[in-house]
Amino acid sequence: MKVLVAVKRVIDYNVKIRVKADKTGVETANVKMSMNPFDEIAVEEAIRLKEAGKVSDIVAVSMGPTQCQETIRTALAMGADRGIHVLSDQTLEPLAVAKLLKAIIAKEAPSLVILGKQAIDDDCNQTGQMLAALLNWPQGTFASKLQLEAESAKITREVDGGLETIEVKLPAVMTTDLRLNEPRYASLPNIMKAKKKPIEQTTPEALGVDIAPRLTILQVSEPQKRQGGKKLGSVEELVDKLMHEAQVI
Amino acid sequence: MANLVIAEHDNKSLKGATGHVVSAATAIGGAIDLLVVGAHCRAVAEEAAKLAGVTKVLLAEAPALEHATAEDLAALVLALAKNYTHVLAPATTFGKNFMPRVAALLDVAQISDISAVTAPDTFERPIYAGNAIAKVQSKDAIKIITVRGTAFAQAKPGANAAPIEMAAAPEASGNAHFVGAEIAQLARPELTAARIIISGGRGMQSGDNFKILESVADKLGAAVGASRAAVDSGFVPNDYQVGQTGKIVAPDLYIAVGISGAIQHLAGMKDSKVIVAINKDEEAPIFQIADYGLVGDLFQLVPALDAELAKKLVNR
Repeated sequence: MKVLVAVKRVIDYNVKIRVKADKTGVETANVKMSMNPFDEIAVEEAIRLKEAGKVSDIVAVSMGPTQCQETIRTALAMGADRGIHVLSDQTLEPLAVAKLLKAIIAKEAPSLVILGKQAIDDDCNQTGQMLAALLNWPQGTFASKLQLEAESAKITREVDGGLETIEVKLPAVMTTDLRLNEPRYASLPNIMKAKKKPIEQTTPEALGVDIAPRLTILQVSEPQKRQGGKKLGSVEELVDKLMHEAQVI
Repeated sequence: MANLVIAEHDNKSLKGATGHVVSAATAIGGAIDLLVVGAHCRAVAEEAAKLAGVTKVLLAEAPALEHATAEDLAALVLALAKNYTHVLAPATTFGKNFMPRVAALLDVAQISDISAVTAPDTFERPIYAGNAIAKVQSKDAIKIITVRGTAFAQAKPGANAAPIEMAAAPEASGNAHFVGAEIAQLARPELTAARIIISGGRGMQSGDNFKILESVADKLGAAVGASRAAVDSGFVPNDYQVGQTGKIVAPDLYIAVGISGAIQHLAGMKDSKVIVAINKDEEAPIFQIADYGLVGDLFQLVPALDAELAKKLVNR
């Protein structure tokens, strides 16, 4: 069985982002970039399926500028078999990414596609669902557990009230939540080996996909700052403040 | 303009999230039709019909829709979407699950998690865990939108009830089906609806220790939440999680106990009206946004707070 995982290059989750002075976006120059944490979970899940003998081939796909190859290399060092890089210097909205993935899937024919449930940069939480819709495949979003069979998959999903389990026919799309697994770190020998694994490069034009953005970002600004920092000496003082100053209890 | 709002409910009653979405639709302007999809859920439709601002309620009922899959919900909404300029749903796990499918099948963008309506085609939404706010404009003929509940007031029941019409339920796709659910039975208010929340983090050290938070919560009529660290450590289940990828809350009072204040957690609660932090590390980032901070051992401070509340609130 073949699994395709989608991996996005984003600003590292530990970086405190800065809004550009001209309010056109967020500063990305000289900022540490990493694989989107939810996508690491997607890669890890695919590798565990391979280690369990259920999957034979893992293809990692990333889209964006040349540096996305580093993100694919990370997936290869973790244990993916090969990579596909869709080169584009334009902003790729979730709908465009879903269409590009659909075009790749038409050639690769995986039985399962695993994506992170959301990217921590635009916080959209759309791509997996859009891809499933375009392919007319079933989906299992926000997965915290996967039981993969030959023809179907049982997916436990994290929903607001607790957990929900669904069964989907393969081929299907799954998006990962935090508690699906804990991604491994790539070992040095595996990082060296990953350098020899193949990465195929293509473009939106070659795939015949229109990637023109549908949304115009008019402005990116800083959120209102909270004025915090008042420290109190005792719980008595705290309760008094909550009752009489803030009047919230 | 015409808005279609997809109601979130459990076949018995309407979830509070729906009322916030109706307010967002009111800010956009025009008619507001509310779609209720489920099984034996006319009571939900009747409740929805009373919400101020609702023009009419569309009710799609079928036994197979009791736990409607994203596939079937999207197909139903898609069939109706052409009659509307805006289709809105809450940015909860319910709305997030099927709305992007609708957008993709209409070949339009989705505008996720809006926090303000600037104009009928222009919206604000938080990005980077709320550390930046993007103002985005959509030129698509139909705008597919999920709404951040905490950013919009709850639409209240009005004096009049809107008419209820039946909508056709499509054939089930058969590619996906519901197997089961473990929905937590809460003894306390739901996190996203609570006026007061007390949350614990890694500093709680164990799930057992959450009892001291529950005692305070019961005195205040509060909900109990947690940081990702506490959920990942197995102290409490996933539905407790407040943060960028958990629940987004904005209560009147948020008490953060043993939570250092990672940006991912702050993303889920920094719009709370009043924030209290209790932490032994006086350098913890949570204190930078807390209105009131107490530095010290939570295992002494929380029971002391509990006792003080018992004393002060006794006469009310």
